[in-house]
Amino acid sequence: MDSKLALYIVKRLTLAVVTIFLIITITFFVMHQVPGGPFLSEKAPSPAVTAALEAKYGLDKPKSEQYTTYLKGILKGDFGPSIKQRGRDVTTVIMKGFEVSMRLGGTAAVIALTLGLILGSLAAIFHNSIIDKIIMVVTTGLVAMPSFIVATLLLLFFCVWLGIFPANGNEPGGLILPIISLSLYPMSYTTRLTRSSMLDVLSQDYIRTARAKGVKPSKVLFKHALRNAVTPVVTYAGPMIAYIVTGSLVVEKIFAVPGLGKEFVSSIINRDYTMIMGTTIFLGTLIIIMMLVSDILYKVFDPRIELG
Amino acid sequence: MNNIDKMPKKNPLGFQLNLKDFEKATDEEKAQKVIMSESMTFFRDGMRRLRKNRIAMTCLTVLILIALIVTLVPMVYPYTYEQQLGVEQGKRIDKTYNNLKPLEYGETELERIANGENIFPHIFGTDSAGRDYGIRVIYGARISLLVGFFAAIIVLIIGVVYGSISGYFGGKTDLFMMRIVDIIYSLPDMLIIILLSVVLNEVLQPKIEGTALAKVGTDMISIFIVFGLLYWVSMARLVRGQILSIKQNEYILAAKSVGSSPWRIIKKHLLPNSMSVIIISTALQIPSAIFTESYLSFLGLGVSIPMPSLGSLASDALSGIYSYPYRLIIPAIAIWLIVLSFNLLGDGLRDAFDPKLKK
Repeated sequence: MDSKLALYIVKRLTLAVVTIFLIITITFFVMHQVPGGPFLSEKAPSPAVTAALEAKYGLDKPKSEQYTTYLKGILKGDFGPSIKQRGRDVTTVIMKGFEVSMRLGGTAAVIALTLGLILGSLAAIFHNSIIDKIIMVVTTGLVAMPSFIVATLLLLFFCVWLGIFPANGNEPGGLILPIISLSLYPMSYTTRLTRSSMLDVLSQDYIRTARAKGVKPSKVLFKHALRNAVTPVVTYAGPMIAYIVTGSLVVEKIFAVPGLGKEFVSSIINRDYTMIMGTTIFLGTLIIIMMLVSDILYKVFDPRIELG
Repeated sequence: MNNIDKMPKKNPLGFQLNLKDFEKATDEEKAQKVIMSESMTFFRDGMRRLRKNRIAMTCLTVLILIALIVTLVPMVYPYTYEQQLGVEQGKRIDKTYNNLKPLEYGETELERIANGENIFPHIFGTDSAGRDYGIRVIYGARISLLVGFFAAIIVLIIGVVYGSISGYFGGKTDLFMMRIVDIIYSLPDMLIIILLSVVLNEVLQPKIEGTALAKVGTDMISIFIVFGLLYWVSMARLVRGQILSIKQNEYILAAKSVGSSPWRIIKKHLLPNSMSVIIISTALQIPSAIFTESYLSFLGLGVSIPMPSLGSLASDALSGIYSYPYRLIIPAIAIWLIVLSFNLLGDGLRDAFDPKLKK
């Protein structure tokens, strides 16, 4: 690893740390703008109860002190108690939901990348053929569809009309439709990305040279072309995770998957402020780390890229 | 004239002027100098290329058609989006108007039809509160389009101003301004939008009560605030990049040397030359704003009841998916059509106005 790359990594790491810190700060101070503070519900309790509650959650202390306490808690992995779900703390809820969401999102990401690479390469190899055209039309259509539309339509076709899959994410096979709805958009995007970069690579001189030397077409494709065509796809990995995270919020709600997304949405509806804060910070950090990894991988894979 | 032609040259190598060259031009010669076609400006050249792109033109037609429908139809439509057909002052709520299937009528309407009256049919039926679904979809599409346009305009203004200042002044100013952009760019936008929408709803509600803004709703305002806070960064980056490269041209140096003010140089030279990038990314900003709005409305953070948006209509339809699946399909198709058209039109614009970017 050369020093330039190391410098780049240090720079990106610093930016990531600053951003995560910023998210925590924004979340904290924005949430405390809510009238009555995040720990109080709409119904006004008696002054004594209010005072007791404020003392319990440390709300009687000045804002800056509350902020440092919250920050210290997060560093220890403690997001405080949930205000609507009695007796549960935010960290436990997040961890429990995250396990399910990880499985869902991870599978969707793997499927999207694999299928996207395969379909994109196919479209590029059979450029301008009927296969290429079908793939392009379908992916163009899918890229214009928000995840919740895909999810609700899948629910309608496969659960309501055909009755093939269960509509509830808890039942066996119930995760199939959520995975499909989460992976369709990133898959289409990856396909289009792979296709254009593959077309670019296939017209390069070194591919012609390899073919001219008599290298097997399959070897040219996998060893020479795909390797170089895959680099732009790596940059998409970060935004893809961000898309899957935000998509999973609605998809989990639609299919009743007991994941982090569903917890987040219901905490929005219930105005469970500490849950909203905790989940936002957790998911935000996750997205930033993923972006960081994909950016760094990109530079490692393709050293020609100018380091910015 | 002939005598001039016949004029002998005194010396074949001399610089004697040929008098023929000073004759008046004949009409035929004049005709050669006439410019057959008008001069092409950059914009018209791009439009010419765009017109040749059949997909982009189809999308443009579809969008214009949708825009006409959503502006004109509500004016002549006999029902409004918030009117609950079964509710009349001083009478009990007529439940027969709730959940009508497409082209069905409510009880009192049937009586009036029996009396020979003509009643406009409920093309898509009514929703669970007895509101005509057809007008709600049309109105929802209108809201979605408006959000898309306004958000794009906000992004355009902030992004262009910020990007051109940063790009033009360069140096430390640029470094500082771009650090801010970097940080905002790496914030997970959707999460921040959700967070701000939740809080802004609570905070803004009492403040705008009774003002004209109350009708727009806190949710819409918070969507615009969020767009103004977060979404302009990619536009600012693009504009800055363009300006940095255009700034190197000699004509900018010339403009500076005759004492043009920075503002004039930006306005007259730099921005017109980066127009293609600005047009393209504005066109692509609209579908992304519509995406975001429908997503938020679906989560219940978008427009406020009874105002419909395509996202909230789809969300409401989810609870009745077994009995009234068309209520989901209609707004879903509408969102898809609008976003698809904008996407393809944006691609067409990119091909037309930025031949260098063409894939």
